Amino acid sequence: METLTTVLPLVFMAVMGLAMLAYVVLDGYDLGVGMLLPRAANDAEKDLMVSSIGPFWDANETWLVLGVGILLVAFPFAHGLILTSLYLPVFVMLVGLTLRGVAFDFRSKAGDHRKAFWNAMFTAGSFIAAAAQGWMLGSYITSFRSDWWTYAFNLLIAMAVPATYVVLGAGWLIMKAEGDLQARALRWARQAVIPFAIGIAAISIATPLISETIFNKWFRLPDFFALLPIPLMTAAAVAALWHVSGRKQIVDAGYGWIVFVATLVILLLATLGLAFSIYPYIVIDRLNVWEAASATESLVIILIGTLFTLPAIIGYTIFVYRIFWGKARVLSYGA
Amino acid sequence: MDPTSLILARIQFAANISFHILFPTITIALGWMLLFFRLRFRATRDSKWEEAYYFWTKIFALTFALGVVSGITMSFQFGTNWPGFMEKVGNIAGPLLGYEVLTAFFLEATFLGVMLFGRGRVSERMHLIATFLVAFGTTMSAFWILSLNSWMHTPVGYEIINSRFHATDWWAIVFNPSFPYRFAHMLLASGLTMCFMVAGVSAWQILKKVDSAATHAAFKSAIVAAAVLIPIQIFMGDLHGLNTLKHQPAKVAAMEGLWETEKGAPLVLFGIPDPVTRTNLYAIEIPKLASLILTHDPNGEVKGLNEFEGKHPPVGPVFWSFRVMVGTGMLMLAASWLTVALLRKRTPATLPKPLLWGLSLMVFSGWIATLAGWYVTEIGRQPYIVYGVITVAETAAKHAPAMIGLTLSVYLALYAGLLIAYILVVKRLAEKATRGEALSLPSSFNRAQPSA
Repeated sequence: METLTTVLPLVFMAVMGLAMLAYVVLDGYDLGVGMLLPRAANDAEKDLMVSSIGPFWDANETWLVLGVGILLVAFPFAHGLILTSLYLPVFVMLVGLTLRGVAFDFRSKAGDHRKAFWNAMFTAGSFIAAAAQGWMLGSYITSFRSDWWTYAFNLLIAMAVPATYVVLGAGWLIMKAEGDLQARALRWARQAVIPFAIGIAAISIATPLISETIFNKWFRLPDFFALLPIPLMTAAAVAALWHVSGRKQIVDAGYGWIVFVATLVILLLATLGLAFSIYPYIVIDRLNVWEAASATESLVIILIGTLFTLPAIIGYTIFVYRIFWGKARVLSYGA
Repeated sequence: MDPTSLILARIQFAANISFHILFPTITIALGWMLLFFRLRFRATRDSKWEEAYYFWTKIFALTFALGVVSGITMSFQFGTNWPGFMEKVGNIAGPLLGYEVLTAFFLEATFLGVMLFGRGRVSERMHLIATFLVAFGTTMSAFWILSLNSWMHTPVGYEIINSRFHATDWWAIVFNPSFPYRFAHMLLASGLTMCFMVAGVSAWQILKKVDSAATHAAFKSAIVAAAVLIPIQIFMGDLHGLNTLKHQPAKVAAMEGLWETEKGAPLVLFGIPDPVTRTNLYAIEIPKLASLILTHDPNGEVKGLNEFEGKHPPVGPVFWSFRVMVGTGMLMLAASWLTVALLRKRTPATLPKPLLWGLSLMVFSGWIATLAGWYVTEIGRQPYIVYGVITVAETAAKHAPAMIGLTLSVYLALYAGLLIAYILVVKRLAEKATRGEALSLPSSFNRAQPSA
């Protein structure tokens, strides 16, 4: 029981990190496509862009519910502290996600004269949700401080997260679209790489400055050298992303997926780095995972459920992605 | 705790949960109805079932989307509005919510894509399985959330250590004393809401002369199902009421408007409960009937609100909501049985126009009954969040009233806009159903065409 009490909060911290990363990557590309929608050449292209994410967005968004669910289920004390501190940005994000989610259906069902309105809501909702998530990430990293420097930092992250999602969305379109749309998606990806990289760099610089504990963790010898691969690999992945997104011939040769995968690798490394920084806290320097955790007997019950269901969820998610594998076509409820 | 903040936070949560429940109430049952349409098509190969499936799938997708987005809002509001709830009860509420996400949300959300858009890409059998899994997922979601809600009404299987709840018996927690009644009552409510929506939309299509064999098939299926479900629901509601009497007598006293404990208590048909004089003004009563219904003895004793001074819910909202729910239920009974009786000699298209108009007006009657029912049960457990143990006020976040007021007004405006948009789009889809688009039927599986 003692060991479980020590280990289980860490296990759930890891599962929560995984769920959040899955959310950022999966709903990230949805929201990115949403933000790119106004740049489509014509209405047919818009339909195709929306069709490329149509079968997936709902399940993608469920990872957010899982992430928040684990926060709520496994770390009730952190859940209350974090969500009450983020009351306003959470509210703004929810309005954005609501507009985006309903616009999916309304844009195709409310009639042609309303389509432009719901397309605009789709894009606005996607941007609002992404920017609010960025602000939340910024405030979380700065431990919910409220001074102007922190607000400036939060604002920077609030702009960097939409850029990240645009890179993901463009990367998704490179895989799912053909011809002209694919070529333009490549340019969209390249335009968003720089703000995305700035965001990653800003977070990497800010976290050690925020907290002395984090600074010491990263810059203590010899740990510094052991950790060096994380920033180096991130830099390499950014370079790969920049290189590929500038060369159409690479995409034409069938390697367009590199844009999406390189972004995924960057986000994975960023998550690992952040996890290392934060550990063992759940709210930096204020609340650690053990203080925040639910009772062990409750964690055991959820762990059993998670062990059975999470592999199944991942399995049938892959199954459904395979059904809709390949280039996107305009969706219909009929065959 | 600032009392203004508390009431605003409660209104905000109530607004969100009321808006949210409208949509799952339809989709939980509509998923099964869609499965029924598909199975009928498989058995008969009559294209009307295919067409009915196709039309109602569109409404399902729209309704589902509204349920998802408002549901996500709910999942955050536990933390933003009631952080004290999870801090105290997290050990019990957490796993129940966790299992909802793990066993229900992912299932329905993932297979929804296959159900909606997968028909050219998977076999007919796989598509049926996907439809089943979506319906099953929505029902499982109701299972877990009603288990938690019921536990908050009838908490068992726990001990309190350092003012935090700890689970001692999970079986007792999941299948707590009020859960079977509440779960059955809600599933039946969902069935009735869906049936009256399908019947109401179909009746409107008949009136607007855009009906087809598919409209008639959907209409008949829905109204017959409603006629079967409504007596079961009335019976179930009675059982649920008796269960409430056992565990939450103050709620039942408020529902009945019974201010003093009485033997041979009358049933108050109408009256205006007055909290100042603690009597009902202008009351119309049937002697001894409340005792007969609640204790199955005309002279049985029913506890009045006087037994719970200071700890009972506000009487007016509970009293009125209860009458709205029961009244709507009676109207459903009358409407569905009359229609079924007439259908023995007539077809849906030749039903009397006033009846079709009436059914069209009742298209969202299920929403009214469901919301009224939830108001009875939720306002009726005030001032507690976990009945008899923790009050709502103890768990509220300390936000400034202005902030809650601001977000509340945006939510209200957003929900009003979305509700209007939803109703207009359902109307639009209904009216153009057989004009143009849907007449070119989706190619069915017996023509194994590659999808375009």
